[in-house]
Amino acid sequence: MTEFVQHLINGLSLGAVYALIALGYTMVYGVLQLINFAHSEVFMLGAFAGFYSSRWLPKFREEPRFLLILLIAMAFCALVGFLIERVAYRPLRDKPRLNALITAIGISMLIQAVGQLPWFMGPSPQFFPTLLANGPLVEVGGVSVTRLQAITFVAAVVLMIALHRLIFHTRLGTAMRAVSFDGKVAALMGINPDRVIAFTFILGSALAAAAGILVGMGYPRIEPMMGLMLGLKAFVAAVLGGIGNLKGAMAGGILIGMIEALVVGYGTSSYRDAVAFGILILVLVLKPSGLFGRVVTEKV
Amino acid sequence: MVVSPLLRLAALAASVFILQTGCKEKSHADSAAGAAGGDAKGSVASDEILFGEVSSLTGQEATFGQSTHNGIMMAVKEINAAGGIDGKKIRVITYDNQGKPTEAASATTRLIVQDKVHLILGEVASARSLAMAPVAQRNKVPMITHASTNPQVTEGKDYVFRTCFIDPFQGRVMAKFARENLKVEKVAVLRDVRNDYSVGLANFFVENFQGAGGTILVDQSYSAGDIDFKAQLTAIRASKPQAIFVPGYYTDVALIARQTRELGLDVPLLGGDGWDSSRLFEIAGEALDGSYFSNHYSLDNPDPKIRKFLADYEASYGRASDAMSALGYDAVQIAAEAVRRAGTTDGPALRDAIAQTKDFVGVTGTITIDEGRNASKPAVVLEIKDGKASYSATIDP
Repeated sequence: MTEFVQHLINGLSLGAVYALIALGYTMVYGVLQLINFAHSEVFMLGAFAGFYSSRWLPKFREEPRFLLILLIAMAFCALVGFLIERVAYRPLRDKPRLNALITAIGISMLIQAVGQLPWFMGPSPQFFPTLLANGPLVEVGGVSVTRLQAITFVAAVVLMIALHRLIFHTRLGTAMRAVSFDGKVAALMGINPDRVIAFTFILGSALAAAAGILVGMGYPRIEPMMGLMLGLKAFVAAVLGGIGNLKGAMAGGILIGMIEALVVGYGTSSYRDAVAFGILILVLVLKPSGLFGRVVTEKV
Repeated sequence: MVVSPLLRLAALAASVFILQTGCKEKSHADSAAGAAGGDAKGSVASDEILFGEVSSLTGQEATFGQSTHNGIMMAVKEINAAGGIDGKKIRVITYDNQGKPTEAASATTRLIVQDKVHLILGEVASARSLAMAPVAQRNKVPMITHASTNPQVTEGKDYVFRTCFIDPFQGRVMAKFARENLKVEKVAVLRDVRNDYSVGLANFFVENFQGAGGTILVDQSYSAGDIDFKAQLTAIRASKPQAIFVPGYYTDVALIARQTRELGLDVPLLGGDGWDSSRLFEIAGEALDGSYFSNHYSLDNPDPKIRKFLADYEASYGRASDAMSALGYDAVQIAAEAVRRAGTTDGPALRDAIAQTKDFVGVTGTITIDEGRNASKPAVVLEIKDGKASYSATIDP
């Protein structure tokens, strides 16, 4: 039993990270019906932004320093997300959807390849510095929660609540939901869809950067290809929850994290990825709208 | 302007391809130029002896390749400074394999077919040496791997040699050490299933440890590149082991060590020579204190030959040597010694000369090549204390 609870706790903190990344996929899909495959590279760049900024930031109290680094990385990735949208996706706005999808894959590969060049990040793994001291936080009956696990989970939840408030309680959020519901009609009502879409990318990318920092702290080995697998898992999480649905992305992320922990804990680690992608196939076959998604009939 | 999506995709693929190959060519040029030491490139002069090196200068295990390269270049510089071999200088051509077996195989082909090298040096990882060995064998060019410990690398290939010990020996050393020196009975195993080296070591450890009356509680696995090992470690924790055998490479082991301690599991980790890298301690911090791994040599060995090597290495590269550089250094010395004895760089003659290596006193111990073309030499077990590995025991073959 203790073992089972420990697996759930381990899964919860990894799942919170998946959820943060999944939100970026889902928000972009919501407004553009585009799967932004470059999102996993934005996550990777977030980790590296944290890595480099912690190098040249002088040392002071670690909590405010951590928050500052987090903000720098989020701001940097917000800019990257904005630029990707402006340069790669906006020119294709009125082209078939497939064009943007292929471009997304291209941007993703481009960032990976350029990142591996020696004069950018280089291909070898880097050691992510310890921003916050880690250690066991609570230990009850053989179940232990580390400080970093708790921080990861709390940070993810705080960011998700902030996002939720922003989308459901502000004018900008209302505009986002309107564009997501019907872009053309929203434009007729005086909403500028381009601005809303740019803002969606900024928001999603900032969340991905936060996930990058949290992953870097929890698993301090970062490399330019780190986004690939985590990004795909987050994508599976978004699909599982129902792509385009915010609550679905959060629940899907946490579910995938827990399922993985249980598969490895009670089965074989080799099946970890197979199970995650098996879920993707099952969801697409049995319930393409995901756990929380609603069925939308395409209008002709 | 109307551009079809296919055309865009093609353009994209082309640009990515150019980027990647551009990067590769660059590293070729870099290392080849560095290795040539100002010599005219490309031409094979008859007054030089050509060694081809295939190393993982970039990629997941980049420090292995870089350390090896440093060790090799240091040996070559010393030999050439002392007048070379019968007046002929050694020249090394180095290709990066990015840590990929397929790249290692094609680099070997290129060295043999295009550059016409007389001998192949490499690789650290058994998976990559296994890809290279058939190429060397087919072309009848002797190959010396300095650090691949998987038995299959040299099996049935009379042109392939190694100057390190093999997995059965390393697995036996750690099983013996755990049973006799640490006196533990119950051990858990966490192996990298995608890595020939790790699987080999784990198998031989399990076999010998059980043979010595020990119990293997659980045998868990991971795949190189994973970042989360908490699920496996939670399962291991539940079985209450006295030690955990983790025969992986340093980047994974460092994360495993951290997560082991985060779960409050406070038992020693045991491993093999794949742990040996300064990056291990950088990433793992204090998590590895009290753990042990088997290695080819110890930094605090008082032997004057080793002390001189370590001092020279630090003077040349500004950092302490690890086992890979020492092994690379020894491999070149053995190869040079064989060329001297053979008096020619002819494949079969050079092969026979390497096979006759006996009681060669190297930095990593006294080396004799046995009939299986493997080195017979002692192993040391190192203990990790305060982020440093220090000598703990020597286990003879």
